[in-house]
Amino acid sequence: MEEVPQGCPGTSSAQAGRGASCQGCPNQRLCASGAGAAPDPAIEEIKEKMKTVKHKILVLSGKGGVGKSTFSAHLAHGLAEDENTQVALLDIDICGPSIPKIMGLEGEQVHQSGSGWSPVFVEDNLGVMSVGFLLSSPDDAVIWRGPKKNGMIKQFLRDVDWGEVDYLIVDTPPGTSDEHLSAVQYLSSTHIDGAVIITTPQEVSLQDVRKEINFCHKVKLPIIGVVENMSGFICPKCKKESQIFPPTTGGAEVMCQNLKIPLLGKVPLDPHIGKSCDKGQSFLIDAPDSPATLAYRSIIQSTCVPESCALLGVNIPFRAIYGSLGSLPLSLEWGQ
Amino acid sequence: MGTAAGPGNLAGVRHILLVLSGKGGVGKSTISAELALALRHAGKKVGILDVDLCGPSIPRMLRAQGRAVHQCDGGWVPVFVDQEQSISLMSVGFLLENPDEAVVWRGPKKNALIKQFVSDVAWGQLDYLVVDTPPGTSDEHMATVDALRPYSPLGALVVTTPQAVSVGDVRRELTFCRKTGLQVLGVVENMSGFVCPHCAECTNVFSQGGGEELAMLAGVPFLGSVPLDPELCGSLEEGRDFIRDFPKSSAFPALFSIAQKVVSQAPARLS
Repeated sequence: MEEVPQGCPGTSSAQAGRGASCQGCPNQRLCASGAGAAPDPAIEEIKEKMKTVKHKILVLSGKGGVGKSTFSAHLAHGLAEDENTQVALLDIDICGPSIPKIMGLEGEQVHQSGSGWSPVFVEDNLGVMSVGFLLSSPDDAVIWRGPKKNGMIKQFLRDVDWGEVDYLIVDTPPGTSDEHLSAVQYLSSTHIDGAVIITTPQEVSLQDVRKEINFCHKVKLPIIGVVENMSGFICPKCKKESQIFPPTTGGAEVMCQNLKIPLLGKVPLDPHIGKSCDKGQSFLIDAPDSPATLAYRSIIQSTCVPESCALLGVNIPFRAIYGSLGSLPLSLEWGQ
Repeated sequence: MGTAAGPGNLAGVRHILLVLSGKGGVGKSTISAELALALRHAGKKVGILDVDLCGPSIPRMLRAQGRAVHQCDGGWVPVFVDQEQSISLMSVGFLLENPDEAVVWRGPKKNALIKQFVSDVAWGQLDYLVVDTPPGTSDEHMATVDALRPYSPLGALVVTTPQAVSVGDVRRELTFCRKTGLQVLGVVENMSGFVCPHCAECTNVFSQGGGEELAMLAGVPFLGSVPLDPELCGSLEEGRDFIRDFPKSSAFPALFSIAQKVVSQAPARLS
């Protein structure tokens, strides 16, 4: 799989092994026989593995640098503050893994045990896995094409000893390509609760995020909701708010109304957030009173509403609510 | 699919520059567009090739959204974004019917389109072709570098924001350049500070100094810091005439000096 010929139609396509570009490819006969279109056996293995993982949440955005990793990390931190909740954070940004740095785990290594790779633990109930732990130096670049990245994601899902987990949070790279398709495909026989989509207020970002929403529809991934990040900047000197990234088209709010998906909340831009991330600490603990922390907390709560149902003694499993609505991703209106 | 044997459609292009960053959202597209405009102000004829296939943003920035690409004998005709026809642009954005459509493609398909962009666009005579890339070090980057190698690109500008998390990703991008034999022209630090419109206090929203430190560490030139300019964001957002507004923006002097540094490196390489 190292070198895929130019214009490979893809193993699952009807043209597999029959296209003009398939001539001369060593896999031509295999593809033409239809064996390539058969589901990857790993999907079954991942289904087995994921039986002990209750909820799976993907964090997506079409646009880079809007705060996917920051949000994923703080969702994990926030959930793990309850010591009875087991949280796992998986970073599938293979070429730009920032989770190790944000979680304060730079330089950590993954250990192999009888039951697979063990994640790196921040707390007893918060385990992290990232390609960053497999690199020998921070300068190491993962210069991989799609198929190799997919193999890595498969290994992360199948070969990591996740154990009993309440929430698996999957942080993704920007875009709508290999990593996203693979994550959704490999998890296809398990139940994904849905995707949280991150955006910033300006149209240039929303434009990419609409593409991501389109992607979710195409692959039938339910959307839990949208988070608007960096919405407004509060000057540390005069405490007045200004818009660094102006929401000229109404920001995420108008987009969510138009597309009928829930807006989970808006997080203001606090220079402190970046600093906490650089130091690898939880911003929620570093600045407990910041408006951004309050926003994060309320978003974390609405992302995981059914969990609070359980705390209140209302015994509705998340899966039951989401499972029945899974085919109607647009009608979910948590927190509205 | 065309082979990269002859000089083909890039024969009239004097210099090729790549704009790279390991991190997303640091302003690669903005810097690419601004650099193209700054080069144009220096009297150069410029083309922009946007190889961000899943999130093309340049057409919107330059108010070229919804324009169509035509076919001529020489190949695809790029879209001209100004009346003087001094800036031409090619992007997957022009090939989509609906701007919200997602390009859900795996690597091989992306590679094929990039090869086509390199071989089949009739750029004509250009002083500079600026290639804007998506974040990362994967298919698009390898495809672009491979396809452009026969034309020996001048080098890459690596964009970062000042914070450590971003700098971390950019270090990996520098390794990519080294491994693929792409010369690094220098590091550009974007979003270096925000001047509060109420009290004029300059806050380093994303901390500071990362770009310069990184350049020093990696032994590559530091080309300059570009401040966060809400005016410019607004201009881009509202689709005002960015090309006309740009010289008045506070980011312009920084960009113009970067463009000059790039231009000054160009002939040195040729001699």
